[in-house]
Amino acid sequence: MPKMKIDGIEIEVPAGISVLQACEMAGIEIPRFCYHERLSIAGNCRMCLVEQEKAPKPIASCAMPVMEGMVIHTNTPMVKKARNGVMEFLLINHPLDCPICDQGGECDLQDQAMAYGYDRSRFHENKRAVPDKELGPLVKTSMNRCIQCTRCVRFATEVAGIEDLGATGRGEQMEITTYVQRTLTSELSGNIVDLCPVGALTSKPYAFNARPWELRKTQSIDVMDALGSNIRIDTRGREVMRVLPRINEDINEEWIADKTRHAIDGLKRQRLDRPYVRRNGKLQPVDWTEAFDVIATRLKDVAGAKIAAIVGDQCDAEAMLALKDLMAALGSSAVECRQDGAQLDASVRGAYLFNAGIAGIDRADAILLVGANPRWEAPVLNARIRKRYLAGKVRIGLIGEVPMDLTYPVERLGHGPSALDDVAEGRLAFLDALKGAKNPMIILGQGALCRPDGAAVLARTRVLAESVNAVRDDWNGFCVLHTAAARVAALDLGLVTPGGIEGVFAGCEKGDIEVVYLLAADEFDMKRLGKAFVIYQGHHGDAGAHRADVVLPGAAYAEKPGIYANTEGRIQLARRAGFPPGEAREDWAILRALSAVLGKKLPYDSLDQLRQRLVQANPVFAALDRQEAGAWGTFGTPGAMGDAPFRSPIANYYMTCPISRASQTMAACTAVRQAQQQALAAE
Amino acid sequence: MAMITADPQDVPRVESFSFTPENMEKVRALIARYPADRQASAVIGCLDLAQRQAGGWLPRAAMDHVASLLDMAPIRVYEVATFYTMFHLKPRGRYLLQVCTTTPCWLRGSDAVMKTCREVTGVAPGEISADGLFTTVEVECLGACVNAPVIQVNDDFYEDLDEDSTRRLLEALRRGEMPKAGPQIDRQSSAPVGGPTTLTTIPGGAAPRE
Repeated sequence: MPKMKIDGIEIEVPAGISVLQACEMAGIEIPRFCYHERLSIAGNCRMCLVEQEKAPKPIASCAMPVMEGMVIHTNTPMVKKARNGVMEFLLINHPLDCPICDQGGECDLQDQAMAYGYDRSRFHENKRAVPDKELGPLVKTSMNRCIQCTRCVRFATEVAGIEDLGATGRGEQMEITTYVQRTLTSELSGNIVDLCPVGALTSKPYAFNARPWELRKTQSIDVMDALGSNIRIDTRGREVMRVLPRINEDINEEWIADKTRHAIDGLKRQRLDRPYVRRNGKLQPVDWTEAFDVIATRLKDVAGAKIAAIVGDQCDAEAMLALKDLMAALGSSAVECRQDGAQLDASVRGAYLFNAGIAGIDRADAILLVGANPRWEAPVLNARIRKRYLAGKVRIGLIGEVPMDLTYPVERLGHGPSALDDVAEGRLAFLDALKGAKNPMIILGQGALCRPDGAAVLARTRVLAESVNAVRDDWNGFCVLHTAAARVAALDLGLVTPGGIEGVFAGCEKGDIEVVYLLAADEFDMKRLGKAFVIYQGHHGDAGAHRADVVLPGAAYAEKPGIYANTEGRIQLARRAGFPPGEAREDWAILRALSAVLGKKLPYDSLDQLRQRLVQANPVFAALDRQEAGAWGTFGTPGAMGDAPFRSPIANYYMTCPISRASQTMAACTAVRQAQQQALAAE
Repeated sequence: MAMITADPQDVPRVESFSFTPENMEKVRALIARYPADRQASAVIGCLDLAQRQAGGWLPRAAMDHVASLLDMAPIRVYEVATFYTMFHLKPRGRYLLQVCTTTPCWLRGSDAVMKTCREVTGVAPGEISADGLFTTVEVECLGACVNAPVIQVNDDFYEDLDEDSTRRLLEALRRGEMPKAGPQIDRQSSAPVGGPTTLTTIPGGAAPRE
């Protein structure tokens, strides 16, 4: 551990870090543009110059490794002059358009020019002009403002794994471009907007919408995929203006996927803002009392066994528990969360968790993807696998049909269950890789479980995991990758029925089930509900509301406080960023109110009491933000597996839930992606 | 004002490009110079070969071909090709006349050379002459100041030029001849005009060395 002296502070720092990092450890801020903790070091902005004793010139602190006995000064006249000079050069070609720039108010260049720059320029010639680039529906470019820090190039190349961006030309002609006018083909492209230290790359959907100081910031949790990425929701009044990532090293580091960031305009469209009741085949607006009365009348003589409930993919744990309690009070235990038909086993927690944790990917040294397409099911997790690949010494195998580049090389072992057998029985050499690995990891996707033989695949994979010693006291590499944000919490609450979703459908078709309660469940064919009386409680006028006989308007994820469990079983708390529109209410409150009308009053009057009941129902909900492997057991149903290839349930990344289907931004992304695929097919 | 975009929209579209078998042989030799998995190091050499084969400029198809040969992302090849001035992203005449106009050449009459080039080719710098033979460009120091002024014609230096010798040179090129490269006056390399002026005798009458 080298000892060094920074501005008179003696400090011992880990070997191999840069002078800039050492300065930060000493509590001294160094201005920078090109340097970023999660990207490679470029050293081209020169803003981080500091003085090193016995060095003839200022040194770029981001690119200089620490050495024993170094003496660094960051507040000498030389450093001040160097920063002034660099800032003056950076501003030479930077337009003075802060008043019309979306970065204004949160711009590194603006802030640092105030702190470290001269108050005037000595440059009186024309500034250079750079044509804007077309980077797709999410990223807006104003390339005149670019200071060529190359953060976006490095992010695209290193983290996102798409080598589309580059710096062409030299000197004054240098430009950041895709050169061939290609839009970015990444699901993480929105992050380059956060990375850009100036206003060259800004968010296109958010363009000219708001200033950062007008926004109220709420810490929340994402529900667009099952990762539970930590997000910050920025609102102005009741309107959600944008979503930004929060740092959580164990989940999303500081990235979020494009759907997380940009599907929010769907929160303003196709919303259910008042109750509806179907009369003469048409949904007619009614008030809450009337809607509840219709339900009470219909339920009056129905036996509990003839009622079933299906919960959706983005529900909070509180609402799901309230629904379960209400159903129990009505005499029904049929609450099903696996609306996609996934043959998940809720008997032990280890059977449905990403046991190794997302951060566990960093430690895995052989990864087998079974029926998962992480690039579309969880783009941030995919970036983590890529990060592991870049770190080296890992083998990654894939079983399943994934018709795209995962941004890292994979050994494609086969398409279906037979390939799984081949690996398990050693006919494919990948078994040796798993057996030889210290921390083997098997990522089981929903593509392998959402099928009639899913339970057999689950059992087969469990046996494989056990046989390669992936399940030990110090490591559990059996990892289920969910696509639904609500799924793990629902399984923790035991929202499964013996026959699964197919059992509910069969009951509806036979008439055994007369009433179905849908809690924001939209992801299946509504025709399967037969002639059942359907109560839909949710936030969007999507498939469920169209089929419903009574519609109860609920709140979307940004509009209610809620507890979510992500795919690794981590319990996280989302806060309310705004209020639901019109007469819509928080979901648990709707269920509580309905229970009173039905004469089965639920025993909680506040969210706090409901949360106490939640912890009572399953103690895992007591520990926030903790991840550990679930209990292990014998799960799955060994049996014959079919021949059909494993296919990811996500056909279009940009549209997977009622919110993203209502989003115009996501529709634009879908159109661009389809056009690209057609162009590729034509070539 | 500088406003250069590298997007090749104002150049003819070349549908496809692939190396000839002879050039492919050279590409393999280039790649073999570098360690395994470091084939991308051969990119400059490959681009040069491609430019020669494609007639003195690099169409996008050629850059894409090099990218796929070297297993690089196309943008990485575009970056290199746009960075180096020896790569041309637009078509040019068969003879690229690079006229040095930096101070030593300018003092020795590069203005006259430039003017002659313009007169003989009939077009302004950067354009292709009507017969498709010439493109003149003004360049910074070519490193042959002793023999100023100088023109680089494709790979060769023609030195010690004046108006007349420039005209003779261009007309010879137009006739399809390739005049001898080097000084265009009575001079060996950069030795004095008319022969050596010093060290013509053995100093002090000493005996010649064995």
